[in-house]
Amino acid sequence: MLEKADQIFVLLLHWLVSFLPSNWQHVASVVLCVATIVLLYPALFAIAVLLERKGLGRMQNRYGPNRAGPFGILQPVADGIKSLTKEDIVPFRADALVHFMAPLVLVVAVFMGFAVMPMGRNMVLVDLDASLLFFFAMGASTELSIFMAGWSSRNKYSLLGAMRAVAQMISYEVPLLLSSVVIVMMTGSLSLVKIVEAQNHYSWGLPHWYVFTPWGLAGFVMFVIASMAETNRSPFDLPEGESEIVAGYFTEYSGFKFALFFLGEYVGMFGIAGLGTTLFLGGWSAPFAFLGWVPSWIWFFAKVMAWICFFIWVRGTMPRLRQDQLMNFAWKFVLPMTLVNLMVAALWRFMGEGLLRWAVCSVIVVVAYAAMGRVEMRRGHLGPRSYRYAE
Amino acid sequence: MSFAFYVVAALTLAGGLAAVLLKNLVHCALALTVAFAGLALLFLQLDAQFVGFVQILVYIGAVAILVVFAILLTRGSETPKSSEIFSRTWLAGLVVAAAVFAVLGWAVLQAAPGLPYATVAPMVTVQEIGAALMGRYVLPLEIVALLLTAALIGAVIVAMHEKEGAR
Amino acid sequence: MLGEGLLKGLAETARNFAGSYVSKERLTTVQYPEERVAPIEAARVFPFLVYDGADWEAGLRCVACQICEKECPPKCIYIEKSKDKKPDYVGKPQIYPARFDIDVSVCMSCQICVEVCPFEAIKMDTEFELATQDRFGGLLHDRKQLAKSNEYFHAIHPTEAAEVDARLDEEKAKVEAKAKAAAEAAAAKAAAGAAPAAPPAAKPAEKPAGGGE
Repeated sequence: MLEKADQIFVLLLHWLVSFLPSNWQHVASVVLCVATIVLLYPALFAIAVLLERKGLGRMQNRYGPNRAGPFGILQPVADGIKSLTKEDIVPFRADALVHFMAPLVLVVAVFMGFAVMPMGRNMVLVDLDASLLFFFAMGASTELSIFMAGWSSRNKYSLLGAMRAVAQMISYEVPLLLSSVVIVMMTGSLSLVKIVEAQNHYSWGLPHWYVFTPWGLAGFVMFVIASMAETNRSPFDLPEGESEIVAGYFTEYSGFKFALFFLGEYVGMFGIAGLGTTLFLGGWSAPFAFLGWVPSWIWFFAKVMAWICFFIWVRGTMPRLRQDQLMNFAWKFVLPMTLVNLMVAALWRFMGEGLLRWAVCSVIVVVAYAAMGRVEMRRGHLGPRSYRYAE
Repeated sequence: MSFAFYVVAALTLAGGLAAVLLKNLVHCALALTVAFAGLALLFLQLDAQFVGFVQILVYIGAVAILVVFAILLTRGSETPKSSEIFSRTWLAGLVVAAAVFAVLGWAVLQAAPGLPYATVAPMVTVQEIGAALMGRYVLPLEIVALLLTAALIGAVIVAMHEKEGAR
Repeated sequence: MLGEGLLKGLAETARNFAGSYVSKERLTTVQYPEERVAPIEAARVFPFLVYDGADWEAGLRCVACQICEKECPPKCIYIEKSKDKKPDYVGKPQIYPARFDIDVSVCMSCQICVEVCPFEAIKMDTEFELATQDRFGGLLHDRKQLAKSNEYFHAIHPTEAAEVDARLDEEKAKVEAKAKAAAEAAAAKAAAGAAPAAPPAAKPAEKPAGGGE
């Protein structure tokens, strides 16, 4: 029974497909899976937007939206209707074709990433040999769509936003990749399915998630930072800094295209959260051995939503960085930390089992973090900000 | 040669042609990206997943962006005023292009004498590629790594020098 | 160590988040249509015309002098003078506004019309729910919509209204005293028996003032 609950979607798919003639079954199952993904994530997007607005409100001691429906739960529906019925304005001087293509490219690239995401036991659309690489390749393509949006609008704020976005995403892609390389080193595979399976065993009831190792924890922290920057989330939301450049690269977008950008941004967030969950938090595996009976997909989506909640929490807390602070942080702190972490992971790999490697690796990570933080803070690249006001 | 191959090949060629023929530089860069994407699809069609994904990651994710940045930060993205289709050095360009084409064509012909052969492409897993890079091809890999590191340090030095000069 | 501040910040927002569910006094939001903040006395939104007595049309203080119309920076006031005259609060016959329109969408709540009015006839209202679904007619308020009683004025701006009333009473007293003096003088003159023909037009005009009091 519990097995069935775990595999419910897989069984459902097989049952639905079995009605079709056998040469149609493969195509039908692919179409069904894709349709599920394309419908599921916008639904999650609606939930996340509501969570974000309510959560941010509560952090600022407000109620948040509470008018549309009971407790405001219909707010995403209202937002959706609003953006669908709004006029779609294309600026007179804009490059119409590129302006039209940009949101499509973004949404397509962002949704492609889910093709390789293991969302539960046996619940992966394509089990590629190099699925991690595929995900990063898709993530890299979103940069181009952002540039297209900013450039084609013929608006200085759009262009500034696009330049900021692209510079930031390129800078943070390096630590993002390097912090996940540790996982590949340890698992010996680029396949996300294999990575989850490597983490899905327990000792004394506790899971072998990579986040519970010194290199895993350091990689996790760096991954979280880089993923926030990669999805243009606060405090790295310079590309759309409302107080500086209106709305950044989608200033000139309205109506449905704006909604697509919004959707693309959130689905990208789910993607990177799902990837982080898969790499560091054991994917769909249960956090304790005795909770193994809960269906695996529940764990995956719970972890993704927890990750989103953390993003919201950070957004409610941190002020936006300045461009130079952003770059300093990426190149002078996060990148060296990930490089140190690579070495730590290699050490871990070759030191064999035992407490010694725990001690050595933890010490190296902590010392590197503290020393680098100290140096950067003394130089004024990081740490508390000082403000100068005009006299 | 399947139907998909012709579609992808047409896309790639169209992207490449557009990259050469379009007037707006940014349009050219975007068309080049289409050509890159088509190339990646061709790789994927040949079951070379790793190369295909790396093609997307490196060429679309980094090189295309670099090109775009270079255009935006140097000459400006506006269409040039002059209405001449050919540049002044078209003859030299033609000669260079013909030379490159000749060399490539010669290399291809040398490598595969009976070009349209119909053997099954060998499935190469990522693991095998990694093993080959770390085993048989470790020396070239190390040389490339050294070269890239040198380039990286050079870039840092150039940037630092400029900063000091500005102050 | 690096990151301490971030953790402190996260703890603070977490405290706010949890606290907003526990203690009501953290939530400063007023749920507007159902709950309302008590009106602030000094609030000003949009001008209205003050009238005395029960009948708004008869009691309008405005004499259509058109000073406010001329002074209005965005020119949102439109006044048409009447052809006939009617007595004002001191009984002096005055023309009155046959039309007095203010466009809500143009008015910028600067209060200049109030400051220039010599008759204390136009004052600022605190009513702010002026939205309408008719964006052409509905936003143009005519004199009937603008007229509000002096009691209403007292209710929304008690201090200012009291000052205005005091000033008006003083003025009225002055006018009455003057009228009385004039009457006495006339009576004295009549008693002296010298002149029979005082201007007859002025006297009936002054009489209702006394009678009205």
